[in-house]
Amino acid sequence: MPKVTIDRDICKGCELCAAACPKHILALAKEELNDKGYHPMEWTEPEKCTGCAFCAIMCPDCAITVEK
Amino acid sequence: MEKIMAQRVLMKGNEALAEAAIQAGCRHFFGYPITPQTELAAYMSKRMPKIGGTYLQAESEIAAINMVQGAAAAGVRAMTSSSSPGISLKTEGISYMCGSDLPALIINVQRGGPGLGGIQPSQADYWQATKAPGHGDLHILVFAPSSVQEMVDLVGKAFDLADTYRMPAMILADGLLGQMMEPVVLEDKPLKDLPKKEWAACGHNFERKNHIINSLYLKAWQLDELVQKRFERYKTIEEKEPMCEKFLCDDADFITVAYGATARIAKAAVKEARARGIKAGLLRPVTVWPFPKKELAEAARTAKAFLCVEMSMGQMVDDVRLAIECKKPVRFFGHTGGVIPTPAEVLDEILKMTEGAE
Amino acid sequence: MAVVFQKPKSLTNAPMHYCPGCTHGIIHRLVAECLDELGVEGKAVGVAPVGCAVMAYDYFSCDMIQSPHGRAPAIATGVKRAVPGSVVFTYQGDGDLAAIGTAETVHAATRGENITVVFVNNAIYGMTGGQMAPTSLPNQITQTTPYGRDVNTAGYPIRVCELLSTLDGTAYAERVTVDCVKNVLKAKKALKKAFQTQIDGLGFSIVEFISTCPTNWSLTPNEALGWLRENMLPYYPLGVYKDKTAVSQPPVKEETK
Repeated sequence: MPKVTIDRDICKGCELCAAACPKHILALAKEELNDKGYHPMEWTEPEKCTGCAFCAIMCPDCAITVEK
Repeated sequence: MEKIMAQRVLMKGNEALAEAAIQAGCRHFFGYPITPQTELAAYMSKRMPKIGGTYLQAESEIAAINMVQGAAAAGVRAMTSSSSPGISLKTEGISYMCGSDLPALIINVQRGGPGLGGIQPSQADYWQATKAPGHGDLHILVFAPSSVQEMVDLVGKAFDLADTYRMPAMILADGLLGQMMEPVVLEDKPLKDLPKKEWAACGHNFERKNHIINSLYLKAWQLDELVQKRFERYKTIEEKEPMCEKFLCDDADFITVAYGATARIAKAAVKEARARGIKAGLLRPVTVWPFPKKELAEAARTAKAFLCVEMSMGQMVDDVRLAIECKKPVRFFGHTGGVIPTPAEVLDEILKMTEGAE
Repeated sequence: MAVVFQKPKSLTNAPMHYCPGCTHGIIHRLVAECLDELGVEGKAVGVAPVGCAVMAYDYFSCDMIQSPHGRAPAIATGVKRAVPGSVVFTYQGDGDLAAIGTAETVHAATRGENITVVFVNNAIYGMTGGQMAPTSLPNQITQTTPYGRDVNTAGYPIRVCELLSTLDGTAYAERVTVDCVKNVLKAKKALKKAFQTQIDGLGFSIVEFISTCPTNWSLTPNEALGWLRENMLPYYPLGVYKDKTAVSQPPVKEETK
């Protein structure tokens, strides 16, 4: 199963990854705040992930690593 | 042109400057035409392609100084030349180069100002060169030759000191020096093994950490610290590098202070004064930054009065007063706008000095 | 498991200061990917602008020079002439390239300088707080066009790719965007082509990235991409505006002395 790792300290919660994800399995973690004061993104339904890496391609901060 | 080395040749000042730069190992010239220094650029355009160097006629003096900045950042000896209004355009680039600790040579063949002014010689950019060649706390080395041979000799020195102290250097010449033709000996130096610039941004080749050439420091305490350190270097320069020529100063009662072409005119007046029994002398700064403060202070111990002669409204005169701590009177005489003082006029002023002292 | 996507080596680990969702981050990464894939990080010298990307020197692992506003192509020219084997790129915003730096941009292009210009066009001045840019659209509201850009007093936007394509020294000019994965991948191809143009010594190359500024457009990052598609792409059509490699070159005649 593909693995998506989001660096919660680097993520700025911009949601570009969420818009790009064809499976709609990325969302803002509204209950969390990182040190910079952002809500980071979270990988909500890992089992639906195809490892396409669209999220990582759109991330302006290289906060996402994708393994397959 | 190939046979120019190790001979005594008659050369125009502007062209001699260019040849001297090439002798000093400069292979990159970026410039723009402006009277009265265009011959320098034209000479470079003929010479550089023959030796595999760069002659680039930039779109403006602003572009030219930034090309110099890029080449200097990449670790090579680079230069530009211009005249007064063009130097004004370069001030931002000069400031950045000071802030990034980059060496380079800038030649100013001064003309009448302000504004478009005139094309005849002047020394009205002294303030610009020595006080504010760019915004911010900074200095550049400023050399003031007074003959074509001295221009040639100072070019190599300027490049060397610029490299040693990692800062821009300027040759502050004027239209007279640029246009005059004098015999000059060009040293037949082989292209020196110029020391490699360990800090240059030229491609790290994966052999070292990357280099960043930068002048932006948003943390105020960091910028403060950096500039303070740079000023310690300037202090060393002020102690070790001032140059001046003293002509008959040891027993002089009345010392004329002048630089560049004006100094030659003043020298003629001083010689005539001596012939009339007046103990006149000439102190000629060769570096105007660092200013020869020590020699002036020394001379002020025994001299009775000073006369400062410039082709300007008097931009160096206050530096003379400061150097001698106003201990003796300092008069000023000059012309501006491109008018050149005559030896007779300067002699007249020396005579006035003697009357004042009675 | 194999890593399918990770940060390129030519990008440092310094956290980027750009606003959330700013396209600078994507574009930086594409530049770094090209440097990696072409194997030229060791020869590369990047020139950072004045603008939001002023600190680009912290984000790239190659040698970097910070330039006065608008003068990056002149700095790049100096570097390239001093070290002809280097791979030199500038990274500039719309004010840097098309306002204060117009002369340097045009002349580096017309000289056919073998440099690659990465042009980030987001129709606004980001760093100074959202003023009009030379590429701001007619009627666009900015801090200095609070009633909308009035073409009668503030003039018309500049289409840089079109402008530079008229110059013989321009070897490659393409306009791209990074609003979706498909376009990001196309943009990367264009950038790689631009760098290859430099490596092949064909002349001046530029890739114009139509970009967003969510903060100063007062939109969320995704809304900003929508605004880009709706308003900027019609004015700045994507595509190749110049490609010297597309035409077969006649053989070079040897100069007879």
